[in-house]
Amino acid sequence: MPIFYENKQLVTPGDLLAEGDYSADSNTYKEGNKIYASRLGLVYYEEKRVSVVALNAFYIPLTSDLVIGKIAEVNLHGWTVDINAPYSALLQASDVLNKFKPQRDDLSRIFDVGDLILAKIMTYDRTRDPILTVREPGLGKINRGQIVKITPTKIPRVIGKKGSMINMLKKETGCKIVVGQNGLVLVDGGRPEDEGLAIVAIHKIEQEAHTSGLTDRVTEMIRKEREAKK
Amino acid sequence: MSSIMVSRIRQKQIAQLIASGNRLDGRGLTDYREIKMEPGIIEKAEGSALVYIGKTEVLTGVKIETGEPFSDRPNEGVLTVNSEFVPLASPEFEAGPPGEESIELARVVDRGIRESKAIELEKMCILPGKKVFVVFVDVYVLNHDGNLIDTAALAALAALLNTKMFNYEVKDDEVKILPGFTHLPVVNHPISVTFAEINGKLVVDPGLDEEEVMDARLTVTFEKNGKVCAMQKSGRGTFTNEQILEAVKIGQQKAEEIRKKVV
Amino acid sequence: MNQSTIKLIDENGIRKDGRKLDELRPIKITVGVLSNADGSAYIEQGKNKILAAVYGPREVHPRHLALPDRALLRCRYHMAPFSVEERKPPAPSRRELELSKVIREALEPTIFLEQYPRTSIDLFVEVLQADGGTRCAGAIVASLALADAGIPMRDLVVACASGKVDGQIVLDLNDIEDKEGEADVPVAFAPNLNTITLLQMDGLLTIEEFEKALNLAIEGCRRIHALQREALKSKYVAVKEEAEVE
Repeated sequence: MPIFYENKQLVTPGDLLAEGDYSADSNTYKEGNKIYASRLGLVYYEEKRVSVVALNAFYIPLTSDLVIGKIAEVNLHGWTVDINAPYSALLQASDVLNKFKPQRDDLSRIFDVGDLILAKIMTYDRTRDPILTVREPGLGKINRGQIVKITPTKIPRVIGKKGSMINMLKKETGCKIVVGQNGLVLVDGGRPEDEGLAIVAIHKIEQEAHTSGLTDRVTEMIRKEREAKK
Repeated sequence: MSSIMVSRIRQKQIAQLIASGNRLDGRGLTDYREIKMEPGIIEKAEGSALVYIGKTEVLTGVKIETGEPFSDRPNEGVLTVNSEFVPLASPEFEAGPPGEESIELARVVDRGIRESKAIELEKMCILPGKKVFVVFVDVYVLNHDGNLIDTAALAALAALLNTKMFNYEVKDDEVKILPGFTHLPVVNHPISVTFAEINGKLVVDPGLDEEEVMDARLTVTFEKNGKVCAMQKSGRGTFTNEQILEAVKIGQQKAEEIRKKVV
Repeated sequence: MNQSTIKLIDENGIRKDGRKLDELRPIKITVGVLSNADGSAYIEQGKNKILAAVYGPREVHPRHLALPDRALLRCRYHMAPFSVEERKPPAPSRRELELSKVIREALEPTIFLEQYPRTSIDLFVEVLQADGGTRCAGAIVASLALADAGIPMRDLVVACASGKVDGQIVLDLNDIEDKEGEADVPVAFAPNLNTITLLQMDGLLTIEEFEKALNLAIEGCRRIHALQREALKSKYVAVKEEAEVE
């Protein structure tokens, strides 16, 4: 039962990846007994599963994902939040206020247009826009730091295997780093130079996500930059 | 045009019938509905024809005026085809400027006439570079029950065949109208044949219900010697190479059959 | 179509621009050229210069156009006023409206629209310089822009026109050949699925000539598909090579 590419080869939409008794995983689709790529990316063959790690894809909300959003509108019963996805998300006033009275409570005092928030996707199904919650500890308005936007498919690379990459970044830059599944990363450091370093590092990870030895190269880059600045 | 939600049962029904070579109204896959024509129905127009294919009804009027030729064709008359999806023809049609379907139809009908050189435009020149006859072909859709293109193209041809131009003479660069009329010189008879692809099968002259479930549509226009002079695939489906060639072969035959009704 | 006395093919079967009957014009494609659009691509094919960009999937504006079960695909094919010999007024012409529809329908079958209900995917094809075959070149970059945007597709769409010039069936007509030749057959094709997504014809061809032209156009499509894949991959291959050198 044939496969037509090698592991980690770059494939384009429509490329025939495998034929036979395989299952079509992410970014692939099956027609008859043929499996094709549906996005540009690196193909992986794992036993009977074929998948493509996409080089570029937009974020599609998943329940319980941590996301960074920007308040787009203040409405009567809550807020519309831009989560860098094809769909806007909703944050209901009742999520934040225990006894919400639309006439009395001015929601813009809590979150106003342009504010950044850290939230979780509470519910999402294809018939309606995703609903957010900020009820858990650590969620809510973001008051300081900078936001980096990268393509959402590279987020796992920023985290790394068992957090290896993100832990290294935190240690080397001294910044607090919070990764949103929707491609937005919050970088909050004591000094702007540290934040700047972290941002450059994150962009480098995005560019070179598909290469090997990345963690070491990024570590080295950060250390070099630090030396140069001294 | 908004999407019409056809019930899945109906979709299945149509597809099943077609798979076994039949259609909802009992026609064969390559049969046209009944074609009726009434030429010359609008006396104030220089030419006109009302054509029915089944319940689809299209009225085409031809008006002839004089005007300036195109700069790259100074000695030729001008042909312009317009189409109007009149709101009374279907609950889906709205008043306003032509939408993309209407524009596409006009351009496909135009192509058939133009590429087959049905009208001898070189004979429509009055004062070279300055004044030529302009032939306005206006397609007016009155009832939409599927296959507007073939109905419109047939109505346009029938209208052109009974179009009369006023006699004239040119004196001192002035055009003087004389009594009497001449027939518009129509030397070719383009016929368009439209197919719908439904679940991989081709059917000729789709009715409205078939158009609502079809995957894609193909129109092939033939001139009187059987050559292809225009083609247009539309719809969000696809065709294989083989399907296209099959359609072209069937189309050539059907075009000949239909041409006999007009000429 | 106008049969004129200009000879477009010489006695040796060489066309005015030096090409053989089945030769494509030189093509250069780059992907990811605009920073704001979600996806973009640019092509130079002979003197054609055409840019395509995608925004989406994103929320539909106006809202009432949203479809409950799939994404709404919209396409705008437009020519810049300076793209042709005689200035073209900026307002969309009937031809541009027809081509917008035809290009949209060429790409629609390949996109997984059902995965993004209530959104719109907006395609823009801008012809910056035109020299015949712009709808085909437009479809080529529109498909790449969609891939660049990470929109999942069943296949890429590639397009090429064939036609009849001076009595011969030729591939990839330029503007003069299109205007003065006997027939023009633009074709868009999904190469891995082996199906035709755009097909038009104008001119005069016997059935046999049409069949020959169609097959030639599809062959042209397959050749261009290889260039499309290279263009898509080259952005990433360059980075990979750089990274390995470090």
